[in-house]
Amino acid sequence: MELLEVKNLCVEFGSEENPFRAVDQVGYTVSRGEVVGIVGESGSGKSVSSLSIMGLIDYPGRVTADSMLFNGQDLQKLSDKERRKITGADIAMIFQEPMSSLNPCYTVEFQISEALKIHQGGTRKWRRERVIELLEQVGIPDPKSRLSNYPHQLSGGMSQRVMIAMAIACEPILLIADEPTTALDVTIQAQIMDLLLDLQKQKNMGLVLITHDLALVAEAADRVIVMYAGQVVESGPAEELFSTPKHPYTQALLRSLPESSVGQDRLDALPGVVPGAFDRPTGCMLSPRCAYATERCHNEQPHIQGDKIRQVRCFTPLDANGEPVQ
Amino acid sequence: MFQFIFKKLLLVVPTFIGITLLTFTLIRMIPGDPIEIMAGERGVSPERHAQLRSELGLDQPILVQYFDYVQGIFQGDLGVSLITKTPVIEEFLSLFPATVELAFCAAMFAIIIGLPAGIIAAVKRGSVFDHSVMTISLTGYSMPIFWWALLLMLVFSVNLDLTPVSGRMDVTYWIDEVTGFMLIDTLLSGEEGAFKSAVHHLVLPSIVLGTIPMAVIARMTRSSMLEVLGEDYIRTARSKGMVPMRVIVVHALRNALIPVITVIGLQVGILLSGAILTETIFAWPGIGKWLIESIGRRDYPVVQGGILIVATMIIMVNLFVDIMYGVVNPRIRHAH
Repeated sequence: MELLEVKNLCVEFGSEENPFRAVDQVGYTVSRGEVVGIVGESGSGKSVSSLSIMGLIDYPGRVTADSMLFNGQDLQKLSDKERRKITGADIAMIFQEPMSSLNPCYTVEFQISEALKIHQGGTRKWRRERVIELLEQVGIPDPKSRLSNYPHQLSGGMSQRVMIAMAIACEPILLIADEPTTALDVTIQAQIMDLLLDLQKQKNMGLVLITHDLALVAEAADRVIVMYAGQVVESGPAEELFSTPKHPYTQALLRSLPESSVGQDRLDALPGVVPGAFDRPTGCMLSPRCAYATERCHNEQPHIQGDKIRQVRCFTPLDANGEPVQ
Repeated sequence: MFQFIFKKLLLVVPTFIGITLLTFTLIRMIPGDPIEIMAGERGVSPERHAQLRSELGLDQPILVQYFDYVQGIFQGDLGVSLITKTPVIEEFLSLFPATVELAFCAAMFAIIIGLPAGIIAAVKRGSVFDHSVMTISLTGYSMPIFWWALLLMLVFSVNLDLTPVSGRMDVTYWIDEVTGFMLIDTLLSGEEGAFKSAVHHLVLPSIVLGTIPMAVIARMTRSSMLEVLGEDYIRTARSKGMVPMRVIVVHALRNALIPVITVIGLQVGILLSGAILTETIFAWPGIGKWLIESIGRRDYPVVQGGILIVATMIIMVNLFVDIMYGVVNPRIRHAH
């Protein structure tokens, strides 16, 4: 059984008559012990799709899905109370901005032990010991002295470690990390990633790693999902996807990496921007920016197709040489 | 913490000097002097006028008068009223409890209604409740106080006969003054119905005086809560799977209260300095009414002393607010 199985997830904002689909028919699975990377530009719906799994999309956002199975249970069918029992305990999330994601008014101890108190209870003494243990696990030196620290006394890297400690406090089996290293220094980024992957292996968690850093995904993820304008455009095993991208967008992303432009004067860049709420094209979402777009691409929306392992949303997927199949 | 308070206290010294200078000069810039006012339309002969001026010490050079005044302050002497001949401090102390009592009730009214209204409006933003709170508070804020007071009196006192029109107490009761606070004294007296009468007398003035602070608190709480509810740490709190109530009360409210406390502090300071309109309309024997009357009588020592005491209180309230700030917000506590 898959740990998480999402089918046809849609998140809409705006009026009922003229909704804006931030997430459009997204489906993916995560198994225990697997690292799934979700990549895409800003505004491609990566964060919104994972927030909807956490149940953190607020009115006026509307979340619909054919199914949202977590450990065999459909999250949509649960009452708010039952859902809260899972959120923060079995599924936990780490956010992009560690400095602003901690409440400035409370100590490190309060914020970590709060998660414990809500889901596991226990005595104050037990919780304190557990917090120290957690801080140790996330590599914070002299954890006892950090208990009474307030967030403004911590560095960015330290804050992210506290966030991780908070997320793993109740031993989740699925961890969603939403750009966990984006706001950090390059030197700290590697440390935090190592820590996350270590913990993931140790505890055999499913890890959803949301990022726009392709190099990070290539190193860390078992499987990769590429999102564009709210849709999944390609998914597959990391190695395969990076060596032979099938979707023009994935190819463009890879070509825009500095490594692939060695010997060239300029980086290959994808022209244009992700379409927003008011300029969504009628056909394929990528058609205005795609080098291979045909008449059909401009008029008709492609559906996602392929087997369980490799999927692509394109009328003319690329072959092994990176040329469209006619 | 003590260092922090000490520093704040040091900063108060120049403020005090400014206040003494300002009240001393401003009251003397108003045309007419206490003697002319006392004499009224009958007038007073120039000889008698000069004699009285020298008796009251008003013929001294202005600098000498100021120096005497400041010297008095340092000895704890705020002078004697020119009209009633009672010490300023004594007059103040006899009237102050009435003002405090009214200010306290008005502040309670404002906080108890304004704070929850602002919180609920923010949590249910865009709802009918939100729009009503915003409309009512805007109305409350912009409504002329005297008109609001008269309107309430007309409806509740005259038409419905629910509350008395003015004063602090029904004349049928005789209450020994122990603390000066009518609510406490009536309870101590044990006289039946007295406490109820005191409460009845307080209701309308408290509502009238508390309306503007309530509107300010409600609006401030709402906007502050809205800002905080959009913060990343609220999302973190929700991702821990806690009940929404806990997110709002524990995680949002504490952060949102920081600016609200300032507003409450400023409002309480203003309330304590006496509500001139409210006290006048409801014939409430408090500081505001006393100060206004003493200005009319050119009672120099009362104006100078009264304002100095009021200013001291406002400074104390602000100091208290600063300290509360530190308690609520660890970033401020640690910066000092």
